[in-house]
Amino acid sequence: MEKRKELTVSAIENGTVIDHIPADSLFKVISTMQIETMDTTITIGNNLDSNRLGKKGIVKISDKYPSIEDMNKIALIAPTARINIIKDYKVSNKQKVEIPDNIVGMFKCMNPKCITNNEKMKTKFAVVEKNGNLQLKCHYCEKHTDQEHFETI
Amino acid sequence: MKNKSLISINDYSPEDYYRILELAEAFEKNPNQNLLEKHVIASLFFEPSTRTRLSFESAISRLGGRIVGFSEASSTSVSKGESLADTIKTVSQYSDLIIMRHPIEGSARYASEVASVPIINAGDGANQHPTQCLLDLYSIKKTQGTLENLNIFLVGDLKYGRTVHSLLMAMSNFNPTFNFISPENLKMPEEYKHFLDKKGIKYYEHEEFTDIISEADIMYVTRVQKERFSDPMEYEKVKNAYVLKREMLINTKPNMKILHPLPRVNEIDTNVDEDPRAYYFQQALNGVYTRMAIMSLILGIK
Repeated sequence: MEKRKELTVSAIENGTVIDHIPADSLFKVISTMQIETMDTTITIGNNLDSNRLGKKGIVKISDKYPSIEDMNKIALIAPTARINIIKDYKVSNKQKVEIPDNIVGMFKCMNPKCITNNEKMKTKFAVVEKNGNLQLKCHYCEKHTDQEHFETI
Repeated sequence: MKNKSLISINDYSPEDYYRILELAEAFEKNPNQNLLEKHVIASLFFEPSTRTRLSFESAISRLGGRIVGFSEASSTSVSKGESLADTIKTVSQYSDLIIMRHPIEGSARYASEVASVPIINAGDGANQHPTQCLLDLYSIKKTQGTLENLNIFLVGDLKYGRTVHSLLMAMSNFNPTFNFISPENLKMPEEYKHFLDKKGIKYYEHEEFTDIISEADIMYVTRVQKERFSDPMEYEKVKNAYVLKREMLINTKPNMKILHPLPRVNEIDTNVDEDPRAYYFQQALNGVYTRMAIMSLILGIK
């Protein structure tokens, strides 16, 4: 029997597709990108079959294109993600996300005694370990926060 | 170094260390100079620390400077809920340099970003205490004649002790060999051992004092605190294993010196004090010269 190839999530005309998000990171991506505040058409799928990830999530955002900052954020939460820019139903630009060297105001420092958890201010981190388990070093208290303890602000 | 805050020992290069140590040496020879006569220095101690505060105030007084500040936060606007940023911005208007001790980690770095004058970190929680590290370097250089190729023993609480971590980082510039002596649960954290591995610096770990101490040039002792043990029985078992006694020093090198950041409780027996290898009280005095040097360089008067 011929295998029918069908899109589980419908295509968009123009916009951004964030594909290959690990299923358990989908909602983190959604909240970090503040997708809930967007007013264009958004399609979200999760637990879709993926050869690479087992189960994956996908987000399609019509008529919006991510900033570099957004892509950095996605890289940290979902390093396997692929970002496709869609123009006229076609992929015009396919990008693998890249982990930035520095991160400002995105995650909380996991050290409760850090000044960033005690004063109204932005957090700042240097990414000290990019391969395997991501490690952030706080610019202020110099303590490390690992991927397991990432908590978005 | 002029106008540059001193927040972490890693902010300064080995050349900077040498510059500070040279100037500290000059101050030791001639400690009373009116170099800070026209300066007002703020000493903000958000948590009490008698030793560090008196050392700084002694250094400022010997250089003829004037001090404004407080020695604990409860009598200040902080207790009314003022933010650290506001306190620092205000005090910046009253002074040429701020010396700050604060229980929250990273507070000094943050203060240096909002202040219009330089900040010297006099301890931010368990994070950094760079002037302590520089006075340790001064003590090592003064007693050994060099910082290069020394065998440094770090003893006691190597897990939480910020002074041993800073000293390890600073000394790693000078090709040392390290020996760590600590109870199992207070061992040197992996990240520091990883750092030494990467730099190709040799280190050895021990759980008790052995004959190995005869190789030491410097023995840096810290307190093993009861609070660090979840099981009080564990503490009782190890507490006497990390007490340095005079009879243990018999085979140590004549040039070997025992350092301790103080306050000492019982980890160095008082009978060690009379031994010529005991150096911790001179070390405290060296803190005054080192702080004179740091302040003069930051204020640009030397």
